[in-house]
Amino acid sequence: MKAIMELKNVKTYFRVSKGLFRSLIIKALDGVSLTVNLGETISIVGESGCGKTTLGRTSLKLERPESGQIIFDGQEITKMKDTRTFRRKAQMIFQDPFTSLNPNMTIRQIIEEPMLIHNISKKEREERIKKALADVRLLPPEEFLPKYPHMLSGGQRQRVGIARSLVLDPIFIVADEPVSMIDASSRAEILSLIREIQKKYSVGVLYITHDIATAKYFSDRIAVMYAGKIVEHGETQLVLKNPLHPYTMALMDAVPDPDPQNRFKFRKVVPGEPPSPISPPPGCRFHPRCPHVAETCKTNEPELRNISGREVACHFAEIFVK
Amino acid sequence: MLEITNLKLYYRTQRGIVKAVDNVSFQLNKGETLGIVGESGCGKSSTAIAIMRLLPMNIDCYTGNVLFDGKNLMELSDEEFRTQIRWRRISMVFQGAMNSLNPVLKVGYQVAEPLILHLEEDKKDALNKVKDFFKLVGLPSDFVDRYPHELSGGMKQRVILAMALILNPDLVILDEPTSALDVSIQAQIMNLLKRLKEEMKISYIFITHDVALASDLCDRIGVMYAGQLIEIGPSERVLQNPLHPYTQKLISSVPLLRGNRMPGYIPGAPPDLVETFKGCRFFQRCSYGKDECEEQEPPFIEVEKGHNVKCWLYSDQK
Repeated sequence: MKAIMELKNVKTYFRVSKGLFRSLIIKALDGVSLTVNLGETISIVGESGCGKTTLGRTSLKLERPESGQIIFDGQEITKMKDTRTFRRKAQMIFQDPFTSLNPNMTIRQIIEEPMLIHNISKKEREERIKKALADVRLLPPEEFLPKYPHMLSGGQRQRVGIARSLVLDPIFIVADEPVSMIDASSRAEILSLIREIQKKYSVGVLYITHDIATAKYFSDRIAVMYAGKIVEHGETQLVLKNPLHPYTMALMDAVPDPDPQNRFKFRKVVPGEPPSPISPPPGCRFHPRCPHVAETCKTNEPELRNISGREVACHFAEIFVK
Repeated sequence: MLEITNLKLYYRTQRGIVKAVDNVSFQLNKGETLGIVGESGCGKSSTAIAIMRLLPMNIDCYTGNVLFDGKNLMELSDEEFRTQIRWRRISMVFQGAMNSLNPVLKVGYQVAEPLILHLEEDKKDALNKVKDFFKLVGLPSDFVDRYPHELSGGMKQRVILAMALILNPDLVILDEPTSALDVSIQAQIMNLLKRLKEEMKISYIFITHDVALASDLCDRIGVMYAGQLIEIGPSERVLQNPLHPYTQKLISSVPLLRGNRMPGYIPGAPPDLVETFKGCRFFQRCSYGKDECEEQEPPFIEVEKGHNVKCWLYSDQK
C-alpha cells in the first residue's frame, strides 16, 4: 500500500488574545501522527473540540501547523509555497451542503469552477462534468446541470459537493462530517457513494465524524481522538470489536442501537465533559473521567503503544484485551 | 391523559400553503413516554408547537381537538391557555434551547422566573426551590448564581430541564433535547430523563430524528412522514415488527454498532408539503406501491392491538 498522506507529530495551535498583552494558546492538535494510504478510508472519530476537524484542515494545508511534517505523495509540503498540484490532487467534501454551494450558481457552474481555475480545456471540462455526475448518480446530467442548489434535496446537494471534489481527479479527499446535516434515511446512500468512489479511483479518504456507528461500516481504519491526541488507532473491525482505550469504550457505550429494552436500563456513562484544549489535564488527558484511573495516570502521559494489533495510549490497555 | 384528534396546522408561505401537520391523531397515557420520530420537515416539531399553542404569525389553519385531562384545550382562549396550561401543566424543552438562555441574567433567576410570575412567589423562596430542582437535575445548587457563559453545553441543558420542570407539569414535550450535545453528554442527559420519568412520574413526548435514541426512552413510538402520522404502536412492535414500508426502511437505515448489517437508505426525498396529495404520500419512494396507493389516501388501520398503520398493504386485516 502506498502512503498518500503522512502526518508526523503534527501540532496545530490557535491563539486567542485576552486583552492587550495576554494571549491563550489553544492546542487543537497536540502531536498527531497518521498515515492515509491510497485506496483506503480512515475515520477520525471524536467529540466536538477534540481536534478532528483541525486534523483534516491541517492535512489540506488550510491551517498552518506549529510543528511537525505533512508529507503528500512522498513529498514534504509543510512549508511548500507552490501548492498548485497539491490543491488539485487533494480535495474536500464539506459538512453542510446547504451553505457550501453558491446559491447563485447553477450546478454546472459549481462543478466546472475548479476546472476553470486549473485551466482545463472546454472539451475536457464537459467530459469530466458528465463523468462526475454519473459517478455520484445524478442522472441524467442534462436534468441537473441547469438547476440551482435550492431546487435539490439535501442528499442531492451533497452529491453535487462530491462531484465538485472529483472533477480534478484527486488522490486524497477529506470528508468532514459529510452526512451530519443529511436526513438519516439518506446518510448511508452518501457514505456508500464516497466509499464506492474511494475504491473505484483508489483514493485515500479521511472521513471525519462524531458518529462511531457510521465509521464502523464505512472505514478500513479508525482513529479515536480525545483532547487533541489520538488515543486509539487500528483496523476498524478490530478496534470496535475489542476497544482497548477506556475512552473508545465510553464512546461506544454512549451510542444506543434501536432496541426497546434500552428504556429499562441506564446507559453506562463517563462523568464530566471533555477538557478545555487550553489547559488539558496533566498525565493522561482522559484521567479525570476514566473509570479505571490509577495514580500513574494523573502524572504520566501515556504514549501510543502497539498492543494486540493496534495503537493505544493507555497505561493499562493490556487488561482490556479479550 | 392527552388525546389529539385530527390536528391540523397549515402555514401560509410565499410558495403556497404548507400542510405541516395534516390530520394527526394520537393519545398519550399518564406516565407514558411517546416518541415522535421522523425526518426533517415531517411536521414533528410543528405538532409540538401546535400542542403548546406557540404559533407563528403565518397560520392558515389550526384545527382539531386536543383533549387534556378531559378538557378541550382548543376551546380555551389564548389567555386561559397561557395562565392555566402552558408551563403549569404542559412544558417544553426546545431544540437548541440551551443557546437561548439570557446571557445577562443569572441562570437561577431565569429558572425561578415562572415561579415569581405565575405563582407570585417571593424571590427568595423561589430561588430556594430552584436550588432543589438543580440538585434534581444533577447540578450543584450554588450554580444558581452563575451566568450562562460559565456553564458548558451539558450543564445549560440541565438548566433548561430544571426550567421545564419547575412548575411540576404533567407533560413535558422534549424537542430534540440532545441534538446539540456530544454523545457522551447526550447519554448523561438521557439517563437523567429516565430517572426523572421514574421519580416524578412525568409523561414525555419525545421528538427526535434518531430512532435509536427514541428506543432509549419511549414506551410507544409514532412515526411521521410528510405531515402525517403513518404508524404508531408500542416500542417493541414498531422497532421489531415495523409495518409501514417507510418505518421498515427508516429502521434499516440506522447503522448498528452492536449488530452487523449494512445500513440501507431510501432513494429520493420526501414530497414538498405545498403540494396537494391524492394517495399515499410515500408512494413515490415505496417499493410496494399499488394502484390504490396512488389514487386513494390509505386509512389508519389497527393491525394489532394498539398498533396502527396508515398503509394499503394492511387493508384486508381491518
